[in-house]
Amino acid sequence: MVESPPLLAARDLTVVLGGVKALDGLSLDLMAGRRTVILGANGAGKSVLLRTLHGLIAPSAGTLSWARPHRQAMVFQRPVMLRRSAIDNVTYALSVNGIPAKERAARAASALERVGLAPIAERPARALSGGEQQRLALARAWALKPEILFLDEPTASLDPGASAEVERVISAIADEGTRIVMTTHHLGQARRLADEIVFLHAGRTVERTPVADFFRQPASKEASLFLKGELPWT
Amino acid sequence: MFEIFASLQAAWALVNGADPALARIVALSLELSLAAALLGAAIGLPLGALVAVGRFPGRRAVIVALNALLGLPSVVVGLLVYLMLSRAGPLGSWGLLFTPTAIVMAQSLLVAPIVAALARQTCEDAWRDYEEQLTSLGVSRARAVPTLLWDARYSLLTTVLAGFGRAASEVGAVMIVGGNIDGVTRVMTTAIALETSKGDLPLALALGFVLILVVLVVNAAAYGLREWSVRRHG
Ligand SMILES: Nc1ncnc2c1ncn2[C@@H]1O[C@H](COP(=O)(O)OP(=O)(O)O)[C@@H](O)[C@H]1O
Ligand SMILES: [Mg+2]
Repeated sequence: MVESPPLLAARDLTVVLGGVKALDGLSLDLMAGRRTVILGANGAGKSVLLRTLHGLIAPSAGTLSWARPHRQAMVFQRPVMLRRSAIDNVTYALSVNGIPAKERAARAASALERVGLAPIAERPARALSGGEQQRLALARAWALKPEILFLDEPTASLDPGASAEVERVISAIADEGTRIVMTTHHLGQARRLADEIVFLHAGRTVERTPVADFFRQPASKEASLFLKGELPWT
Repeated sequence: MFEIFASLQAAWALVNGADPALARIVALSLELSLAAALLGAAIGLPLGALVAVGRFPGRRAVIVALNALLGLPSVVVGLLVYLMLSRAGPLGSWGLLFTPTAIVMAQSLLVAPIVAALARQTCEDAWRDYEEQLTSLGVSRARAVPTLLWDARYSLLTTVLAGFGRAASEVGAVMIVGGNIDGVTRVMTTAIALETSKGDLPLALALGFVLILVVLVVNAAAYGLREWSVRRHG
């Protein structure tokens, strides 16, 4: 069986920030229908990679090619909410993306429903707890029906209960067919959410392994050191 | 000493008895200053936000022009408006010199740069926090302008109130373009200047009381608004 071309092919990406090579000739193919967790030590380039794939940072060398027109979204470690109600934050994103006015309210309400925020849809978004704001960020991204969703340490500033809720929502989004590409510093979370692990070191892809194999026996020396806790990481 | 005391008593009688001449001057002052604040805001708010997020040719020139206007003594602004509106000036045919409209024009020209400078600062700060998230949602810089203005609405309203205070307390420019004509263009500040020079202290003092009261109320409103918005939106 021949695999279809990757949804996103990144070739030899180099990103220089403040004189530092944050990405150093990195290549990565993202096939449709998988859940990828990117791991790596602190400063390996995980956040820069996600931002570059999402189009927020222009690479100084290399290419990004998408197989077809697509919608994408990103959820950050600290979501930024506008000074308006929770549901209005979602309808705002819909309006920016050209969704007709008469569809927005229903679509926003159903996104809030799915992340468990329907009862507090009218509350000012900034008055919500950290975990609620992150679920709102997920609802806002989900409402856009992205083909691919990037998440950069989405639970890093949350307590365990709120993290579990966010994980549940990420799983549900993936189950509905959105391609997930995320970073985390939670190995347990990586194990639960990933199909495959991409391991970065010094701005390059060192290995890419199915999740069970990675945690049993990673292929690279860097990843084994990382799993033994001998590489510094956040 | 006794003279000042007697004047204070007479002034209080004027305020207390809602003296018609006094009331007319106060009403005209508030009306013109409000119009100038609104006009100055209509120009200054979008200009400030545009300069904060925009990348357009002439951006630097706009910043320099705004800073120059900000630093210009108000009598010079008055003089410029006078020259524009005087019979030989480019707008002389409009016949606006020594009318309330001329006062509003001069006041607006004083208010707009203040509002623009404060709005620019506010929007630049907000943009720093929002840029990545809004760009990720697909928001263009042009689309970000109304979004930032709306999100900063409480602190910007404070800015507009500051503009109102500035308009209400202006003397020189208003004297030059308005002419302090009794019943037509006489406002609180010019009346105070005139009555003081004529030695009629009670009316000057009474107007002074009212002006202080107006400034106090405006500042209290600004403060209350800020407190309320922090409580509601964080
Ligand atoms: N805005 C920036 N300016 C300068 N250097 C940066 C910037 N962002 C990231 N870097 C550098 O790029 C490298 C990769 O960073 P990052 O992708 O944030 O790492 P992580 O894998 O921890 O997410 C690090 O060396 C970091 O210091
Ligand atoms: Mg990071």
